[in-house]
Amino acid sequence: MGQVLIVAECQDGRLSDATQELIGRGRELAQATGGTVTLAAFGEGARDALRDADADVAVVVNGDGVQQYNPEVYEEALAAMVEDRQPALVLLSNTTMGMDLGASLAARQARPMVAYCTALWRDDDALLATSQIYGGKLAADVEVPDGAVVTVIPGSWPAAGSSGSPRIEEMPSPAAAHTRVLKVMEAESGGDVDITRADILVSVGRGLQDPDNLELADQLAEALGGVVSCSRPVVDAGWLPRSRQVGKSGKTVKPKLYFALGISGAPEHLQGMKDAELIVAVNSDENAPIFEVAHYGATVDILDLMPALTERLEGRAG
Amino acid sequence: MKIAVLMKDVPDLVEELEVEDGALPLDDMSFVPSEWDDQALEEALLMKEEADVEVTAVAIDTGDVDNMLFTALAKGADRAVKLVGDFSRTLPNRLRARLFAQYCQAQAIDVVLTGVQAIDDLDGQIAGLVAGLTGRAHASVVRDVHIEGSQVTCVQEYSGGKMAEMQLAVPAVLGIQAARKPPRYVTIAKVRQIQKSATLEEVEAEAGTAPLVTVRRIYKPEAAGHAEMWGDDVDAVAESIVRLLEDKKLLRS
Ligand SMILES: Cc1cc2nc3c(=O)[nH]c(=O)nc-3n(C[C@H](O)[C@H](O)[C@H](O)COP(=O)(O)OP(=O)(O)OC[C@H]3O[C@@H](n4cnc5c(N)ncnc54)[C@H](O)[C@@H]3O)c2cc1C
Ligand SMILES: Nc1ncnc2c1ncn2[C@@H]1O[C@H](COP(=O)(O)O)[C@@H](O)[C@H]1O
Repeated sequence: MGQVLIVAECQDGRLSDATQELIGRGRELAQATGGTVTLAAFGEGARDALRDADADVAVVVNGDGVQQYNPEVYEEALAAMVEDRQPALVLLSNTTMGMDLGASLAARQARPMVAYCTALWRDDDALLATSQIYGGKLAADVEVPDGAVVTVIPGSWPAAGSSGSPRIEEMPSPAAAHTRVLKVMEAESGGDVDITRADILVSVGRGLQDPDNLELADQLAEALGGVVSCSRPVVDAGWLPRSRQVGKSGKTVKPKLYFALGISGAPEHLQGMKDAELIVAVNSDENAPIFEVAHYGATVDILDLMPALTERLEGRAG
Repeated sequence: MKIAVLMKDVPDLVEELEVEDGALPLDDMSFVPSEWDDQALEEALLMKEEADVEVTAVAIDTGDVDNMLFTALAKGADRAVKLVGDFSRTLPNRLRARLFAQYCQAQAIDVVLTGVQAIDDLDGQIAGLVAGLTGRAHASVVRDVHIEGSQVTCVQEYSGGKMAEMQLAVPAVLGIQAARKPPRYVTIAKVRQIQKSATLEEVEAEAGTAPLVTVRRIYKPEAAGHAEMWGDDVDAVAESIVRLLEDKKLLRS
């Protein structure tokens, strides 16, 4: 393997955990074959963040265009780097940035791509990846051709512990001709309740079927002394505010008890709740992936269970 | 302004997925429109309510996409186009993207909308691939798309609820995360009716070549664990839950 090019993302002045994961595996793969690791990073802040990263070279793109994420500017810079360095492997995290740039970079450079990677290893002469497909219900083992772009799901393997001192190279930021970022907005803080602080979450998904049924979840939450949270479709349907959403594009929660009611357990949802201390899942589909992370489960109708459970809890209290 | 919504159908996850010899028997499976493509269509139809745009739903003829396209017409799309040629269900996304890209270039589509992802796009998401092939401005993981003159504005979502307002010059490609409103519903009767009065436009297309990847095998991932199951009797399940919570001291006294 020649060069492994890793697209770095920073958070609060540090390389993100997802980026550290890429660096760790990138280093292993490079080392086995005498290759090198190059980081592509953006913005003045990145320089400090990657000072001791385990890479040989870090290209820091700097200038007006990278004060915030702009797909056009980032992609132009990455395309130039790929053109110039001809890496044997390009790694991005399957974050907004990775989902935004991975495929377009692969297409414009005529490079093969593997998306949703959860494992990346060498087997004899081939580089192989596992790709998570069908909402986490299936996996595919894929041969990764030379020069491929691979987007990796964050948390797929532990982050690198080792450090280094990459040689820093500067690259002026390309100009944005067609794309402008007008305003960056922080997450709506709190909303009516802060689901990240609740000990007990009664979380409802599309299995709720109708917003009128929210009342059942409210009553159950009340009886338990908990708070109602939800999966993304419930927010997109306008049934609950975005502040209640658990998952990749919502909140990460770690309550003492997480009730997943009518939630299938898509990877994007699991990302936000899999570390809850106790998970109880109720889903009419016995094959729902949520049962793989839940500690206890039942295949009953949530519209029957919620009132039955509420009644029992209230009876007990009274 | 011309909007194209690129759509594909995917296996229905509601059904049990049976793997045979490391592959999926796609011919035996039932297909549904990719959920995010449905969101993209809805967003396009909402854009049509507020600006002078023509919405065309586009799908590649890999089997039975007629119903999906007629449904798009029934929902309010102005046109429905089927890219026809020698295509099978297993057509990789890289080749699908080429077909879509050729169509969008040839038809001088201004704004391309498609789902942010699909459950089977192992070799890249359509939005990014089409953008890369056509060299158009693009953004993915977006919602809230509006036309403003020769620009489109949208909101791009980052992780954890952070987001950005963006503006892109057309022609542009957007990977839609969710529509402003849940996708509208049309009755089967209405779809049938459209089927009688409207036709799908067929455009001959050729997939050509693209850098592909080889899948060695498809399988059900070994689950790291599985819940202890309480069965399917509502009262017994409620009782088990109460006992568990007692055990874990999670009940309010
Ligand atoms: C970039 C990106 C970010 C995303 N971020 C998030 C995120 O932050 N959070 C999130 O949740 N999703 C997120 N998603 C969406 C995610 O991929 C799934 O679409 C979503 O999690 C599915 O929600 P669900 O489980 O409620 O719905 P479904 O997958 O439709 O599942 C509904 C479940 O309810 C069950 N059910 C139906 N009726 C009943 C009943 N009466 N009783 C019991 N069970 C019943 C069904 O068997 C089914 O398993 C994101 C997607 C993308 C592309
Ligand atoms: N220095 C950076 N390098 C790479 N990506 C960044 C950097 N800063 C921010 N981003 C990306 O820009 C978006 C907003 O990030 P942030 O401002 O860190 O919340 C996210 O997609 C980040 O991953």
